[in-house]
Amino acid sequence: MTLMTPFRPAPDLVRLRPAGTRHGAARGLRRAIGPVLLLALWQLASMTGVLPAEVLAAPSTVVGSAAGLIGTGELQAAIAVSLQRVLAGLAIGGGIGVLLAVTAGLTRLGEDLVDAPMQMLRTVPNVALIPLLIIWLGIGEAPKIALIALATAFPLYINVYAGIRGVDQTLVEAARTLGMGRAALVRHVILPGALPNALVGFRYALGVAWLALVFGEQINATAGIGYLMATAREFFQTDVIVVCLVVYALLGLAVDFIVRLLERSLLAWRPSFTGT
Amino acid sequence: MASLVHRNITQAIPDAVRITRLNRTFDGRRVIEGLDLSIAAGEFVVLLGASGCGKSTLLRILGDLDRDFDGEVEVPARRAVAFQAPRLMPWKKVWRNVTLGLPRADRQLAERALAEVGLSHRADVWPKVLSGGEAQRASLARALVREPELLLLDEPFAALDALTRIKAQALVAELWQRHGCAVLLVTHDVEEAALLADRVLVMKDGVIAHEHRIDLPRPRDVADPAIARLRGRFLDWLGVHH
Ligand SMILES: Nc1ncnc2c1ncn2[C@@H]1O[C@H](COP(=O)(O)OP(=O)(O)OP(=O)(O)O)[C@@H](O)[C@H]1O
Ligand SMILES: [Mg+2]
Repeated sequence: MTLMTPFRPAPDLVRLRPAGTRHGAARGLRRAIGPVLLLALWQLASMTGVLPAEVLAAPSTVVGSAAGLIGTGELQAAIAVSLQRVLAGLAIGGGIGVLLAVTAGLTRLGEDLVDAPMQMLRTVPNVALIPLLIIWLGIGEAPKIALIALATAFPLYINVYAGIRGVDQTLVEAARTLGMGRAALVRHVILPGALPNALVGFRYALGVAWLALVFGEQINATAGIGYLMATAREFFQTDVIVVCLVVYALLGLAVDFIVRLLERSLLAWRPSFTGT
Repeated sequence: MASLVHRNITQAIPDAVRITRLNRTFDGRRVIEGLDLSIAAGEFVVLLGASGCGKSTLLRILGDLDRDFDGEVEVPARRAVAFQAPRLMPWKKVWRNVTLGLPRADRQLAERALAEVGLSHRADVWPKVLSGGEAQRASLARALVREPELLLLDEPFAALDALTRIKAQALVAELWQRHGCAVLLVTHDVEEAALLADRVLVMKDGVIAHEHRIDLPRPRDVADPAIARLRGRFLDWLGVHH
């Protein structure tokens, strides 16, 4: 029986340091350092002749060509056409992917009917389907959009399906005890629970959409960024090619930004690991 | 006289926690405001307070889980936390959960720790199949296996049934005596406070508003009228009229 706190050796104490206020601006600046450094190196290589213009145009030349293309309106027109293709493909492919995932995710019957074929088809490389798509759909807009739709359907399917099946069983049980019907369960528990995964799928789908666009626009295009690039290739205009690549990169960046915004608002409920 | 002797002894005991002028605000709302607190090495401190008064916030700061505070906070390098929910990693077997964060997944060490909490036979199951009380004991084993000098407990028994809770309290008292770590236990149960604590603190308006040292011998008995008196006094401090 102890009456009072016994003697103890002195523990080694450590001061806990408050994390000083982190400025969003400083963080943004830090993120910009990498790309800026890369650009500077590239310019330097071009100016010193290490990187000849036939191989790769200097950043300064690229900026000039971009200004020219924007001045004639060519670049905007090309972006508009390409953007339309991506949006159409994404809407169709994404819609189908999500629909199939919900079907397979929510019911055993759906799983048995849908999942196996989807898992098989997803291993077929989309690019390998281009010849078939041309035979089926001709050489107009249709095969380009179909290719993007195909490419985006699978990542969305896989992630939404995994998200639905990954919903915490204890939450589903809690919902049942609250007397939720099937529809309410899906709307209030399962779909929100699957959202983090679905957004991963969405992000991935957007990434492959651009990739599919590049391939799709090789099919006898008469407009779009791919077309611009193909023409530039004919004339060895590396500067125009780089402008197109930069446009792809910037579009990808913009899209990523949109998805981040979406995640921030849709997943505000989730206190999650934000890195150290 | 006895109390004088005791006071001398407490003064000789080194600190395990030193907090001065601690502040913590959430979006401009001050939750902890100028809080001072020291805990002696090996001391068992119980923290009471109304819901939302900032007890968990204080505990998270001491556990180095929250750094958006200002003020001076000193804690031992070796500390462990057990929460109200056991927070076992569902994808690791129970014994591996116990050794999480140790330099080596030492099976024997895990088994000894699990034996201490009466869970030797559950070492090889998945955490999800444990009962609530078992999971909580596993979480306690995980905290103690790293021989902390400060053990932080945030309502660890709140979700347990009354019987299991009594056993768990006795277990914590026993483990505390064996391991000799300082303990800061957050609870809403005034009886638990009276049974376990060397010192009871009541948090209110961002500071420690009341403090009471309990010198009763252990193990303590709920039926002891002194415990009942303490209970009444703590309830008064918490603003519960009984
Ligand atoms: N991450 C956070 N963001 C904003 N407010 C928070 C956050 N964490 C805690 N709070 C607020 O701080 C206050 C104190 O919270 P805390 O969890 O410390 O209370 P508590 O004393 O542990 O209560 P309880 O006994 O109910 O567990 C509450 O009003 C809570 O809403
Ligand atoms: Mg709390």
